[in-house]
Amino acid sequence: MSSSVNIILTQCSRTFSGGHTALQPLDLHINAGETLVLLGPSGCGKTTTLRIISGLESPDQGGRVQFGGQDVTTLPIEKRDVGMVFQNYALFPNMSVADNIAYGLKIRRLSRSEIEQRLAEVMRMVDLEGFGERRIEALSGGQKQRVALARAIAVRPKVLLFDEPLAALDAKLRDRLRLEIGQLLRKLGTTAVYVTHDQDEAMALGDRIAVMQAGRIAQLGTPQEIYHQPANTFVADFIGAVNRLVVTGKGADGQLTVPGGELTAPHLQEALSVYCRPEDIEVVALADAQVKGRVLQSIFLGQSQQLMVDTGGATPIQVKASSRQHWPTGAAIGLTLPPQALFHPELSHSKLATTSAKEQANG
Amino acid sequence: MNPRIRFILQLSFTLLVCLFMIIPVAMSVMAGLTENYFVGLKSGLTLRWVNEVWQLYSDTIWLSIKLALACLVIATLIGVPAAYGLLRSRRRWANAIEELLLLPVAVPGLATALALLLAYGSYREFRGSWLFILIGHVLFTLPFMVRAVLSVMQTARLPLLEEAAASLGANFRQRFFAVVVPNCLSGILAGALMVFTLSIGEFNITWMLHTPLTKTLPVGLADSYASMRLEVGSAYTLIFLVMIVPLLVAIQWAGRLSSPRR
Repeated sequence: MSSSVNIILTQCSRTFSGGHTALQPLDLHINAGETLVLLGPSGCGKTTTLRIISGLESPDQGGRVQFGGQDVTTLPIEKRDVGMVFQNYALFPNMSVADNIAYGLKIRRLSRSEIEQRLAEVMRMVDLEGFGERRIEALSGGQKQRVALARAIAVRPKVLLFDEPLAALDAKLRDRLRLEIGQLLRKLGTTAVYVTHDQDEAMALGDRIAVMQAGRIAQLGTPQEIYHQPANTFVADFIGAVNRLVVTGKGADGQLTVPGGELTAPHLQEALSVYCRPEDIEVVALADAQVKGRVLQSIFLGQSQQLMVDTGGATPIQVKASSRQHWPTGAAIGLTLPPQALFHPELSHSKLATTSAKEQANG
Repeated sequence: MNPRIRFILQLSFTLLVCLFMIIPVAMSVMAGLTENYFVGLKSGLTLRWVNEVWQLYSDTIWLSIKLALACLVIATLIGVPAAYGLLRSRRRWANAIEELLLLPVAVPGLATALALLLAYGSYREFRGSWLFILIGHVLFTLPFMVRAVLSVMQTARLPLLEEAAASLGANFRQRFFAVVVPNCLSGILAGALMVFTLSIGEFNITWMLHTPLTKTLPVGLADSYASMRLEVGSAYTLIFLVMIVPLLVAIQWAGRLSSPRR
């Protein structure tokens, strides 16, 4: 639609009056038209970052916020030309659906016909046609968030900001709205910043994801990079489940000894432990297995089952297996961990995983 | 216990309490409408006394209405921003002030009035005008307005709504009138009715502050009880009731309007 702007944060930190530092000095470059997801547990600084971008909060002395080259650090939110969607909808209960959506347009003193036209356009976009005269109280949670979405995009903002917009909705609805928001963002091409603690949401919506931890960005990258090349153990743990296998010895030609067997990992010779995602582990016949163990527990999940396998290590290995085969507790099981699925976050040259992630990203 | 017997007992107790409270009012009203109270109803019903009260005291009624309206306007203009300020202030003293707001209600009106007389009594022009009484009424009623508005504001999630309005480009003035005021309208309405009713019926402060030329309805009422026939005082009461009862009903209605939402 309109030409989108980039967002640059320079040395933005935020210390609250009590002395608590919510955000360490942060440099962040958000490309024009991209959707950046700020992902992390509560208290990691993601919401503070969003509020600094929006203008609802100011960075500490020295921090700078720029939209498309323009310094907006001292501008309050009402002068920044943003659209914002809040977790608790924040719809005006004293106005109808149409009045809520048109509020920003009226503030901008658009002509009546222009308002009518845009109103119809965005209500069609969010699938709310015919709801214009409804009262806010008469809407369901999903409808309310659609109104909030329509209200934010109606003003055609430079930047769209989302503060955990789906957190208050139930799972089914969340998935559907996530899909719709994704389509909408792609169609609009507006630069967007999306805060969430839900990794599925982050993966589905983000062109890039910034995983935050304790007021810092732990890793910034595409969803593929974040998932397959986590920068540290925190990211690896936070994004999906991960197994950690302690290396107890080294064999010839790239073999690593772990509890229950031996792995082939020429790229991880210095590692004291190796990591592997549950879905990358293959269940094989005992004769062909790299690692052998016994099933401690199997949890049926419908499309798959989660097996906890005791291989003699301190913690059992988690395996995501096909749900067709039944594994009684105590059954012997053979596992294979392909070399490209093994990684160690802190060893930067775990290159095997890198290449496969790149291929996936490009393909 | 047999539910039927229990019901009858409950009903009769309720009726007894009602009678206890209503009979004096009813007798007073009757007294204002009878020709001669000491002879009783057989002397006949008349509007003579009501008419006489109107002749003698209509200026007190008009003054009371004028005072109450002015008091309402001032209490709203001060009270709504004050409540908003208290809501937005995160400082510790905001809570203390909220508690202090009860002070003018708890301090005897006579003491408030005496303080006003000590402070401003020497300004003769001001002392003799109805504005002097207005100050007392605003002091007394303002806490009720602030409390009524504040309690609605606290449940209306105003900070969040304001952030939303700001994100859409609304400046402070636009936010205040399009979001803040409409969303605490029920509180303002309840507070306004309360202020108006309290001002109309206020006696303690007013009695201390009034001059012979600035008598309000309740002061006139006391005056008539002290110096006129009982029938005149009673007729006066009747007029007062006719004014105040609809207001009390309206307060109930406004209270219901504000509570079950959200």
